[in-house]
Amino acid sequence: MVQLTLPKNSKIRTGKTWPKPEGATDLKRFDIYRWNPDDGENPRIDTYFIDLDECGPMMLDALIKIKNEIDPTLAFRRSCREGICGSCSMNVGGVNVLACIHGIDEVKGDVKIYPLPHMPVVKDLIPDLTHFYAQHEAVMPWLETKSNTPQAEWRQSIEDRKKLDGLYECVMCACCSTACPSYWWNGDKYLGPAALLHAYRWIVDSRDEATGERLDDLEDPFKLYRCHTIMNCARTCPKGLNPAEAIMEIKKLMVERAV
Amino acid sequence: MADVNRGNRPLSPFMIGPYYRPQLNSVTSILTRVTGNALVVAGLLVTWWFLAAAAGPEAFALADGVLTSWFGDIVMFLSLWALWYHTLAGLRHLYWDTGRGFSLGMVNKLGWGIVGGSIVLTILTALIV
Repeated sequence: MVQLTLPKNSKIRTGKTWPKPEGATDLKRFDIYRWNPDDGENPRIDTYFIDLDECGPMMLDALIKIKNEIDPTLAFRRSCREGICGSCSMNVGGVNVLACIHGIDEVKGDVKIYPLPHMPVVKDLIPDLTHFYAQHEAVMPWLETKSNTPQAEWRQSIEDRKKLDGLYECVMCACCSTACPSYWWNGDKYLGPAALLHAYRWIVDSRDEATGERLDDLEDPFKLYRCHTIMNCARTCPKGLNPAEAIMEIKKLMVERAV
Repeated sequence: MADVNRGNRPLSPFMIGPYYRPQLNSVTSILTRVTGNALVVAGLLVTWWFLAAAAGPEAFALADGVLTSWFGDIVMFLSLWALWYHTLAGLRHLYWDTGRGFSLGMVNKLGWGIVGGSIVLTILTALIV
């Protein structure tokens, strides 16, 4: 349902401002969303200052520096620090990014860091992705076959393999789905750009033999058709993929099989 | 949502504007909806004008007075823009429906195209009619 404001327990308070580092020459201010599940209080924005001369170039470097040197209670997900694990997705400067491959200099002025939008928060910058993962599972992101399993591998021509380019690279960071206004309003029933991109990745796979069943499953007013081509997904994808285009390809297949 | 919001978890901030940066693609998208809804109201106003004309001279004088006042002029001029904008945005949707125009560069061009095009066409229409 369309919801324009935050619920009462989610309204944001002003938090603590941490002291500026001594003798810093290149100071940058970071306003970071904090929520502690244990103190029963509302979320707050804490302010930190970092000397960029003493910090790595990426947003994740700044977060790690804050956690190491200023405030060890700050919680966020991170792992590979090179844009392949998809863990450190968050809302930085008003857009969803992977903190590890988003430069601090890409945000002019103060940096505002929030968790991925419109998600239940576990702690600080960590959203609960349970439902997001369940939707991914719901599109059966694996090879479905009916023929006998071949002796060696399921073979695919070079041309057919090329159709998966721009689809298989998704790292499931959830930047796209949580940037989508349609997913904000109808995320319980609409599958969202990430899950639909994966759905198309298996629909278009020449080796898959469940294309009809996959399309049947998506033939639903909400699961697929809540996409209104707003394009926030493609705009925000840290891997440069285009979920909106994949969704339109599914819609085209729906029309093609109906006429 | 199935078993997700455990333990009174807050909802992370969202909304285009305060928390999510407004971008050409999202702004032109929501404007399509806004103009579409506004045109329903504009359509009702024009219907009122026609019905009043059929009802009699007093009713028509009232409707005509409101719709041709300076306020009515502004509403009708904006409705004219809304009509052009909504039409062009609809054509953009038809183009997208063919599976084309999805690259970010093209999305930007189409976005500025419908904004600029609707303004130019509105001025032209106002000058000619």
